[in-house]
Amino acid sequence: MSAVGASGGSPLLAVRSLTKLFGSFAACNAIDLDIQPGEIHALLGENGAGKSTLVKMLFGVLAPTSGQILWKGEPVRIPSPGAARRLGIGMVFQHFSLFEALTVAENIALSLSPGISLSKVAEEASRLSHLYGLPLDPKAHVADLSVGERQRIEIVRALLQNPELIILDEPTSVLTPQEADRLFETLAKLKAEGRSVLYISHRLEEVQRICDRATVLRHGKVTGACDPRQETPASLARMMVGSDVASVTAAGTNTKGDVLLEARHLGVPARTPFAVALKNVCLKVRGGEVLAIAGVAGNGQGELFDALSGEYPVPEAAAVSIRGKAAGNLGITARRLMGAGFVPEERHGHAAVPALPLSDNLVLARNQSDRKTFLAGGVLGVIRHAVVRIASKRISETMDVRKSGENPAAGSLSGGNLQKYIVGRELDRQPAVLIVNQPTWGVDAGAASRIRQALVDLAKAGSAVLVISQDLDEIFEVATEIAVISEGRLSDAYPAHELTREKIGLLMGGMYGKTEGEVAHAH
Amino acid sequence: MGIIEAILLTVITAATPLVLASLGELVSERAGVLNLGVEGMMVMGAVLAFAVTQATGSPYIGVLAGIACGALFSLLFGFLTLTLVANQVATGLALTILGLGISGQIGEPYVGMSGIKLQPIAIPLLSDIPFFGPLFFKQDIIFYLSIALVFGVNWFLFRSRAGLKVRAIGDSHASAHALGIHVIRTRYLAVMFGGACAGLAGAQLSLVYTPQWVENMSAGRGWIALALVVFASWRPWRLLAGGYLFGAVSISQLHAQALGIGIPSQFLSALPYIATVVVLILISHNRRMTLINTPASLGKPFVPDR
Repeated sequence: MSAVGASGGSPLLAVRSLTKLFGSFAACNAIDLDIQPGEIHALLGENGAGKSTLVKMLFGVLAPTSGQILWKGEPVRIPSPGAARRLGIGMVFQHFSLFEALTVAENIALSLSPGISLSKVAEEASRLSHLYGLPLDPKAHVADLSVGERQRIEIVRALLQNPELIILDEPTSVLTPQEADRLFETLAKLKAEGRSVLYISHRLEEVQRICDRATVLRHGKVTGACDPRQETPASLARMMVGSDVASVTAAGTNTKGDVLLEARHLGVPARTPFAVALKNVCLKVRGGEVLAIAGVAGNGQGELFDALSGEYPVPEAAAVSIRGKAAGNLGITARRLMGAGFVPEERHGHAAVPALPLSDNLVLARNQSDRKTFLAGGVLGVIRHAVVRIASKRISETMDVRKSGENPAAGSLSGGNLQKYIVGRELDRQPAVLIVNQPTWGVDAGAASRIRQALVDLAKAGSAVLVISQDLDEIFEVATEIAVISEGRLSDAYPAHELTREKIGLLMGGMYGKTEGEVAHAH
Repeated sequence: MGIIEAILLTVITAATPLVLASLGELVSERAGVLNLGVEGMMVMGAVLAFAVTQATGSPYIGVLAGIACGALFSLLFGFLTLTLVANQVATGLALTILGLGISGQIGEPYVGMSGIKLQPIAIPLLSDIPFFGPLFFKQDIIFYLSIALVFGVNWFLFRSRAGLKVRAIGDSHASAHALGIHVIRTRYLAVMFGGACAGLAGAQLSLVYTPQWVENMSAGRGWIALALVVFASWRPWRLLAGGYLFGAVSISQLHAQALGIGIPSQFLSALPYIATVVVLILISHNRRMTLINTPASLGKPFVPDR
């Protein structure tokens, strides 16, 4: 891992005072960036720091307002992704730009020159995928594949064009630690071949582990360029956030109360062909506990949330109980009335209606549980706008929601701020049971730490908190107990301090039966 | 000619416009554009084909005029929904209403005039085969075209690179755009292909089916064609089969009357829609197949973020 390009030499790609304005807002402000041949270069920054905008300009998806892009020393204009690919730039997107209705081979063929026949594409794809340790079946429909497999398609698709620079946008956010390790091996192979990698992430330890150099962005400006291995996570975080990120104080020593949330042999058949069936899920969360459920995306997390929240009730009432009362067959409103609160994964269109103002979103969620406060006129249910606005303002202040104006549309907030609002909306009720799915997905570090602290504080106050998350850092920050979901089965819960990343990784990787025994035995 | 042969001939004539119009709509919807203006484009094609045939004396020029008219009329839809990003459902409905109105206006002088029928072309040797010969090989050019187009569209969508792009755009226009596929341009072409097919279907009505001009002569076939696309779950082969099934049902009301079978004609004309509902219920059981075939971005407007 010698840092070939880290010192001097002419850069493969250089960016000079690149600026992108949206109206008067500078998403990228005079960015300078050098990527040497054969280096893994990290692009660090919070959400909204301008990483995506910068990368989109490099890949020809967005047109820069001003500034220059130099490719091998020559000034170039990149008007389209096609032009970027012709130059030798490949990209793996964070939200996969895959076509679910098409096969793997068809997806790959779409980004290649039209002269190549489909069967040849399939052949070449499976050859390359094995070469780089990313096995793929070219004939499979994308809709049937896991998130990790989908990412492999993206990577193979980029590699087929033999790029000199590969841009990866948050590639490990959806992978198990083992899958991530395999990805790092692939990246090392690419680097050994003399290719450059631009690696976008906000996972500092990863960046320190695999990257030769790092450029840090904040508010659209470069705030630092460094060798990440010479920095500490704290110093990198400081560059990203501008101030020290408040570290979450875990709930560790809470006094445990009664069992407030319980699932008993909960089984749910798959609702759609792409869904996962839940099999015999048992869990207990006491007051004062934060049970975190780890797992790779698509292993039944959404289905578990649906069953626990009552979005899709189950026929057996006893399968789910809230504060000791059977609730399995009750809907979401009934469960809210029993003192539970829920925060689903999707912010837009599920937890909030993007086009409606925050106050309306508040009423939509709590018009039954806080009926007396928010609604007047008995059966008429007239909304008390003044009261709702005061509550909305209180939530925004408590959770430090930054927004334009008093009561903007939910969709106009940044992901982190909207998420803070949505979590705050539930916390405001001080629910006895709170169930959250992916509370900080795609949220910047500052907002994430605010949200995590709020979850921990709620547990400290005696509530039972269930967090479903794919982010192990998050899980170790907030959890008092950890269980792992894999293919719709839930492992036993272990005290958080007894588990390591490696053990969780093994539980995640479908080695359910064996490792459960092993882990239990080890402790 | 036996009675069965005669009945089957009428089924073919009734099915051809359905197959053509829905095939065009299938391509348009595969690209993610829902054009509810099929009825309007069809009736415009019918009136223009009739008028041009009257003016030139050649039904073949009439057919070309029908195709061109349908394509141009769909271009209006394309401009409104793709360039100006108007709502596709509302624009499509408006296109139908507009087409019915304008065609009535254009066609007024032609009402009651006897038309020129597009003559069948007998294919040597093949047309001599007993029973099948007269049915399939002694037909007009539009019938041959309809079959060739089903083959062609199926090959195009599932074998050619351009067709793959069309399906990709229909599945996720944002991803397609990110790959550098020209979403808007492709959609324009798909919409115009849909218009051309609808226009051709209209020409078949006024030059083959009943060689004359009657106001609103499309008589709801555009709506049946729309139902047929869903019925066929966006697959050309199923569409061909469905087209003939619906054609048979729609013609059966006439035969039922002639034979004195007392089925209310309203029931028979509702049959294609009932059949579509039944098929939708049946295929929705196989969710995976439905999801893989249904264009996910159907009806959603696309604005590149630039």
